[in-house]
Amino acid sequence: MSWEQSAITITVALPLVGAAAVALVPRRNEDYAKVLALLVSIGGFALSLAILVGYDWSERGLQYVASVPWIEPAGISYTVAIDGISLPLFVLSYLLTFLCAVYSFHHIEEPGRPKAFLSLMLLLQAGMAGTFIAFDLILFFVFWELVLVPMYFMIGIWGGPNRQYAAIKFFLYTLFGSVFMLVAFLAVYFAAPERTFDLVALQQYGAAGEFAIGFQRLAFLGMFLGLAIKVPMWPFHTWLPDAHTEAPTVGSVLLAGILLKMGTYGFVRIALPVLPDAAVEYAPLIAVLAVIAIIYGALACLAQSDLKRLIAFSSVGHMGFVMLGIATLTPLGINAAIFGMVAHGIITGMLFFLAGTIKERYHTREIAALGGGMLKTTPRLGAVLGLVAIASLGLPGLAGFWGEILALLAAFNPAPELVAAGWLTLYRVLVVFGAVGTVLTAGYFLWMMQRVLMGEPPERWVAAPPEDVSPIEWGAWAPLLVLTVALGPLPFLVTAITDADVTSIMSAFGA
Amino acid sequence: MTDLASDPTTVDLFALAPELSVVVAALLILLVELALTGERKRYVNLIGLVGVVAALAFTVALWADIGDGARAAFGNAFVVDAYALLFKGLFLSVALFVLLLSYRYFSEFRTYQGEYYVLLLGSFVGMMLMVSARDLVMLFVALELVSIPGFVMAGLRKFDLRSNEGALKFFVMGVLSAAILLFGMSVVYGVTGTTDLAGIAVALETGERLPLLLAAVLFVIVGFGFKISAVPFHFWAPDTYQGSPVPVTAFLSVASKAAGFAGLLQVTFVAFAPLADVWAPVLGVLAILTMSLGNLLALQQTNVVRLLAYSSIAHAGYMLVPFGVATATDAALNSDAFRAVLIYLIAYAVMNSGAFAAVTAVTRSQPSRLVADYAGLGRRSPGLAAALSIFLLSLGGVPPLVGIWAKFFVFSVAVEAGTAFGLVLAAAVVLNTVVAMFYYLAVVRTMWMDEPTVEEPVAPGKALGFAVGGLAVLTVVLFLGIGVFTDVAGVSTLVASG
Repeated sequence: MSWEQSAITITVALPLVGAAAVALVPRRNEDYAKVLALLVSIGGFALSLAILVGYDWSERGLQYVASVPWIEPAGISYTVAIDGISLPLFVLSYLLTFLCAVYSFHHIEEPGRPKAFLSLMLLLQAGMAGTFIAFDLILFFVFWELVLVPMYFMIGIWGGPNRQYAAIKFFLYTLFGSVFMLVAFLAVYFAAPERTFDLVALQQYGAAGEFAIGFQRLAFLGMFLGLAIKVPMWPFHTWLPDAHTEAPTVGSVLLAGILLKMGTYGFVRIALPVLPDAAVEYAPLIAVLAVIAIIYGALACLAQSDLKRLIAFSSVGHMGFVMLGIATLTPLGINAAIFGMVAHGIITGMLFFLAGTIKERYHTREIAALGGGMLKTTPRLGAVLGLVAIASLGLPGLAGFWGEILALLAAFNPAPELVAAGWLTLYRVLVVFGAVGTVLTAGYFLWMMQRVLMGEPPERWVAAPPEDVSPIEWGAWAPLLVLTVALGPLPFLVTAITDADVTSIMSAFGA
Repeated sequence: MTDLASDPTTVDLFALAPELSVVVAALLILLVELALTGERKRYVNLIGLVGVVAALAFTVALWADIGDGARAAFGNAFVVDAYALLFKGLFLSVALFVLLLSYRYFSEFRTYQGEYYVLLLGSFVGMMLMVSARDLVMLFVALELVSIPGFVMAGLRKFDLRSNEGALKFFVMGVLSAAILLFGMSVVYGVTGTTDLAGIAVALETGERLPLLLAAVLFVIVGFGFKISAVPFHFWAPDTYQGSPVPVTAFLSVASKAAGFAGLLQVTFVAFAPLADVWAPVLGVLAILTMSLGNLLALQQTNVVRLLAYSSIAHAGYMLVPFGVATATDAALNSDAFRAVLIYLIAYAVMNSGAFAAVTAVTRSQPSRLVADYAGLGRRSPGLAAALSIFLLSLGGVPPLVGIWAKFFVFSVAVEAGTAFGLVLAAAVVLNTVVAMFYYLAVVRTMWMDEPTVEEPVAPGKALGFAVGGLAVLTVVLFLGIGVFTDVAGVSTLVASG
C-alpha cells in the first residue's frame, strides 16, 4: 500500500499501538513509560507534519483517501481522508499531545502512575485525531466515543477533590448527546436515496436536496444534541466547568484544546452540509445560543474566584464566538470558526498549562490566595500568563483576535438564505451583543491580571519565592507561545489552509 | 422446505450428532461418577468437556455439509440450517465456558458434582433442540428440557436459604408460564390444525382472526417472556441469580436466556409472522418496560450479582426492541430485525459471560459479592480489573468494544422502521443507555478510584484466568470483526422468510 493511502491510518494507529506498548511497560520501570510515550507522540507529530507537507495544495479537496469495507451488510466502511478543514485540527491534536508528553516529564498529578496516565493520553489522542479524518459517519461516531473512556479515567483518577462527580458527569452528559447523534446518523442512512454512511455521498445528497425538510428538522435535532453538548453550547455547558476544574493539567489542555473542537467540527463537517435546509432553520437559534454563551461565559468569569474555573468558563464564551461564526452559514464565518478553534486550542491549552503550574508552585488556584505580585515573585511565569491572557481576550496582533472579529464581521452579513428569511436584524443585534461580550471578556481577563500579576506580593511568597518556569516547561510551552504570537500578524497560516475547502463545503448555501 | 422428507419417523443421525454427543457425555458422567470417590469426582468435568468439544466438531462438520441448504429429521420437526448451527455453536461455546467456570467451583463445593454436570449438559441439549425445532411440540419439549434442570441447579446450594427461595420462585414461575404456554399452543393447534411452524404461518395468513387465537398467540409469547425474564415475568431472576452458584447464574443469564430468545424468534418471526401487527406492539411496550425497570432497579443494587441480574433484565429489553418493530408485510425489515437480535445475543453472550467469570474470580476470595468488595481491585489485580472494566463498558455500549454493535443494530432497525413507535423505542434505548452507564461506571469507579479494603490480589486460577482473558480479548476483537456474524446472520434469515 502506498504512503498516500496508508498515511492517515499509520498516523492514527501509532498512538493506539503506543498506548498498548506503554501499558505493557513493567511496573518497576515506570519511568520508561514517559520516554516511550514521548517518542510515540514525537513520531505522531512528525507523521502529521509529513501529511501536512505532503498535502497537494494545488489540488485541494480530499486527499490521502483510503476506503475499505468494514461491516458490509450494515453499510459501514473504514473511510478516512483529510482536507483543509481537517488539517489544522488534526495537526494541532498531535502537537498538543506531544507537548503534553513533554510536560508529563515535569509533572503528573497525584497518584502519579505515569504508565497508566500516558497510556490513556495516547488512547485519547487516537480518538481525537480519528474524529477529524473519519469520512464514514459510523467511523466518526466510534472515534468520537473513543475519547470518553480515557478522559473519564483521567479526570476520575488524577483529578481534583471533586473528581469522581466531574468524571461521571462528563461521561454521561456526552454519552446522552452522542447516542442521539448516532440515531440521527442512522436516520440519514435510511433516508438517503442510496443507503450509505459515506460522508461525501451524503453531502452530495444534501446539496441536491434529497432529504425532505421535515426529516431534516428531526435529524438535525439529533445531531445538534450530540454536537452542542460536546462544544458545549449554552445551556448544555454545565459539565464543562466541573470537568475542566477537576481534570489534571494534561486532561484540561486536551479537553479544551481538542475535545471541544470535535463538536464544532461536527457542525461544519456533517450537520451543515448534509442537512442544509434544516441548518438554515436552526441557524438563528444557534446564533442566539452562541451569543448568550458569550455574554454568560464572560459574566460567569467575573464571578469566579478559582483561576482554573475562570479559564474553563472563558472557554464557554470563546466557543460561543466559534458557534456564532458557524451560525452565519457563510464561508467567512466558517473560516473564522476554524481559526477560532485553532486559536482557542493554542491559547486556552496554554492557559491550562499555566493554571497547572501555578497550582503546583503556589499550591492554590484561588485568585485571592495568590494575592497578586506574581510579576515580582515569579516574573517569567507572570509574563507568560500576562501574554496569553491578553491573547485570549482578543487583542489585535495576537492569535485570539481574528476568530472573534471575523465571526462578528460574518454575523453582520449572514448567508443570503438567512437574510431572505428575515433574520438580518436579529444577526445585526447579535453582533452588538457579541461586541459587548468582547468588552466583558477583556474586562474579566484584565481584572484577573490585576489581581494576580500586579501589586505587591503577599509576605509568604516574598519570603520563599516559588520556582520560576523550568526548562522542561519552556520546552512544552515554546511552540504554543510562538504560535500565539505568529497567528496574530499572519492569520493566513490557517485561513490559507482552510479557505478553499470551506468555500466548497459551503457551496450549498448562499448560491 | 418441500424437498425435505416429511415422514416423522425418519432419523438423520448426522443431523442429530451434536445433541447425541452431549447426551452420551451426560450419561457417561452419571456412570463414571459412581465409580469415582472423593476428590476424583471432579474429573467428570473433563468428560463433559470432551462431549462438548465433540459436539462443536460435529456442528462445524454440519456447517460444511449443509452449505446454503438444510438437513432435517423427524419430518420437518427438527431442522439443521445455518441459523440453528450458529446458535448451536454459540450454546456449545457457552457450555465450554460454563464448564471451565464450574471446574474449581464445584470441586471446592464438593457435593452433587455428577448430578450438576448431567443437569447442565441436559439443559444444553434442550437449547440445541430448541433452535432446530420447527414444530410447537418439539419447541415445548425443548423448552422444558432447558428449564427443568435449571430449577434443580438453582437450588444446589441447599444450605443457603436464599438459594432455596430463588429456586422455588424460579420453579413456580417456570411451571406457571409453561402451563400458559402449553394452553396457548393447544389453542393455536386447534385453530390452525397443525403444529408445524411454517404450516401455522400459512394457516394464519388466510384464516379469520378469532379473539381466542390472538389471546393464544399472546399466551405463547408469555411463556417465552418468562424464559427471557421480560417484565412483568422477571420477578424470579434477581433472587434466583443471587441464590444460585455463580456458574449457574452465568448459565441462566446467558445460555438459558439466549435459548428463550431463539424460541421466541422462531414462534414470532416464523409461525406468527402474519399476526405481527398484533404481537409487535405488545413486545415493543414490553421492551420499554423491561429495559427501564431493569435499569432503574439495577441502580439501587449493592450486590454485584443482583446488579448484573437487573442489568441482564435490561438487556432483554433492548433485545425485544427489534420484535417491537416487526411487521407482517415488510420482509426486508423483518430480516434486519431478526439479524439485530442475533447480533445482540452473540455480543451479549461474550460480554456477560465475561462479567460473570470475573465476578466468580473475585467471589473466590471475597464471597460476600458486594460492590464494595471491588474497591481498589485495579491496584490489587490490574489485569482482572481491566478485564471486568472492559466487560462492563461493553455492556454499557462504548466503542471500541463489541457491545456497541449490539446497540447499533437495535438502533438501526428501530430507525429503519420509520414509524413513530420505532423512534419512541430508539429514544427509550438512548435514555436507558445513559442510565445503565451510571451503574456500570459505579463499579468501574469502585475498582479504580477507591482505596482497597484488603491488599492481597485475587487469584482466579488457570481455567478461570484463561476464560476471563480470552473473553476480554474476544470483546475487543469482535468489535473489529463483527462483520463475520452479520454475514452469517444474513444467510440465516432464510428462517425469517419462511
